[in-house]
Amino acid sequence: MTISVNLNKRLGSFALNASFASSGRLTALFGQSGSGKTSLVNLIAGLTKPDHGRITVGDRVLVDTEKRIFRPAHKRRIGYVFQDARLFPHLTVSHNLRYGRWFAPQGERYADMDSVVELLGIGHLLGRRPDGLSGGEKQRVAIGRALIASPRLMLMDEPLAALDDARKAEILPYIERLRDETKIPIIYVSHSVAEVARLANDVVILSDGRVLSHGSAADVLARHDLLPASEKGEAGALIELVVAEQEPAYGLTFLRSAGGEWRLPRIKAATGSKVRVRVRARDVMLATEKPAGISALNVLEGVVTGIETGEGPDVLVTLACGDDRLFSRITRRSLEAMALRNGQHLYLVIKAVSFEGGAVAFRHAAAVD
Amino acid sequence: MEWLALSPDEWNAVRLSLRVSFWATIASLPFGIWIAYVLARREFWGKSLLNGIVHLPLILPPVVTGYLLLLTFGRRAPVGSFLDSAFGIVFSFRWTGAALACGIMAFPLMVRAIRLSIEAVDRKLEAAAGTLGASPAWVFATVTLPLILPGIIAGMILAFAKAMGEFGATITFVSNIPGETQTLPSAIYTFTQVPGGEFGALRLTLVSVSIAMVALIASEVMARRLAKRIAVE
Repeated sequence: MTISVNLNKRLGSFALNASFASSGRLTALFGQSGSGKTSLVNLIAGLTKPDHGRITVGDRVLVDTEKRIFRPAHKRRIGYVFQDARLFPHLTVSHNLRYGRWFAPQGERYADMDSVVELLGIGHLLGRRPDGLSGGEKQRVAIGRALIASPRLMLMDEPLAALDDARKAEILPYIERLRDETKIPIIYVSHSVAEVARLANDVVILSDGRVLSHGSAADVLARHDLLPASEKGEAGALIELVVAEQEPAYGLTFLRSAGGEWRLPRIKAATGSKVRVRVRARDVMLATEKPAGISALNVLEGVVTGIETGEGPDVLVTLACGDDRLFSRITRRSLEAMALRNGQHLYLVIKAVSFEGGAVAFRHAAAVD
Repeated sequence: MEWLALSPDEWNAVRLSLRVSFWATIASLPFGIWIAYVLARREFWGKSLLNGIVHLPLILPPVVTGYLLLLTFGRRAPVGSFLDSAFGIVFSFRWTGAALACGIMAFPLMVRAIRLSIEAVDRKLEAAAGTLGASPAWVFATVTLPLILPGIIAGMILAFAKAMGEFGATITFVSNIPGETQTLPSAIYTFTQVPGGEFGALRLTLVSVSIAMVALIASEVMARRLAKRIAVE
């Protein structure tokens, strides 16, 4: 289902001017706070009206100011998971979950309460009231509540922002399952590259109310020039690896990709399954000769395909390792000292510990599509 | 302790007061919620005027309110004669008139309590209900109303207490007819005006105090129970 947005809206001194189309199952809206992500999502949900523009989901027109169409929020069938869970405090978890189902037309209630409860692991909470739940539990119930309303599109506005890392790790797998096991397109707002890299098929980068770039996650996340200053260090390549063997004695997993062999901190996935890994450009070291006697576990061979110098002291080197594309951020000084040029054959050195647990490497059931 | 026993007339006054206050509270409740909602949520031209009119009975001398009611709802007054000829509804010198006077005198208190609770409702919850498919009317019925219930109950109890004590507007509008319009305060007033009425006045005073205490305790209990049920996240 294609989601197409083309609108502008003035909010005080801030102007939102966004246009993109996405057919990805999970589209990440990425940007710093104040870039207009939430305003955009509210416009899609119908909580606010655009000054001009058009929003369509599949063949359904939600807004078209030219044709004077405005479908109010309660008729859009869009599941909205807010940053703050917004559970109804006067209802039990079970009643919260069933709230939206009641308003969905009979024939369109595709969501099954039991399977959603199972998917999110919230069966033991059904009789409780929201005020007794932890932040992570609340957010899971909020996701369930939106799902059980049988929406045609899910909007998730930084559902993890208010949670600590442990709670995030608790919820992320559920969002992955939601993406992989249901057919509902998802628009996911985030300001974290790690989250986007893990979840997104498509990425839309927003900055100051404008779309800076949109495209596949692998393409957009490589462009560190598009990322906000605080997240530049997170830019890198998204590559796909196949689990070859577990090495429990060292707590490592041995994987293969088109570009070579990898040893990473243990990834809980069966042998033969595909995982998506983000290799940060800043973690990749380059060498002109094959390094020996080093602690780093991953040494790959590659060919320089691009050198991009910016204003800072660093340059971004793009390398082809087999069919994989990797990036390395090095200083201009090293670039000159090593006399790097396009087509040069190099060795890439990547420490296994730079992939901290699940933050950079993760299970990815469905291939990037 | 025999002097504590109420005479039939005094019982009448107690019963009448309870009836008048009950109906004054119940009949003004829908208007109270509506006006409170409009004042809390809507922006429109003349909002401060409406607010002023609602609060007028709080500021005006009760006698003035009663007299204005007489001018409007009296038998020969424009609205009163219309209601009489069209629907057979008569307010003047009837217990219904006492209920009308009490309802109007208590209205600002009721509106105030409900309005405050509406303003305290997190509108984000209402937006969430909207995205789940609830139309504005359903959002009000399933989210707003349950959340403001403590405020509504507080408003009703305040209104009821005010109605029980209303004197000036009632006696001006519907006079002081035993069995028809003689409420508790009017009866006490009458007792104080006749020689040997001290015991009667004292008995009714004790009744008044008891009813007020029961109402207060009931409201406390109810508010506490609701607060527990609707703990804000």
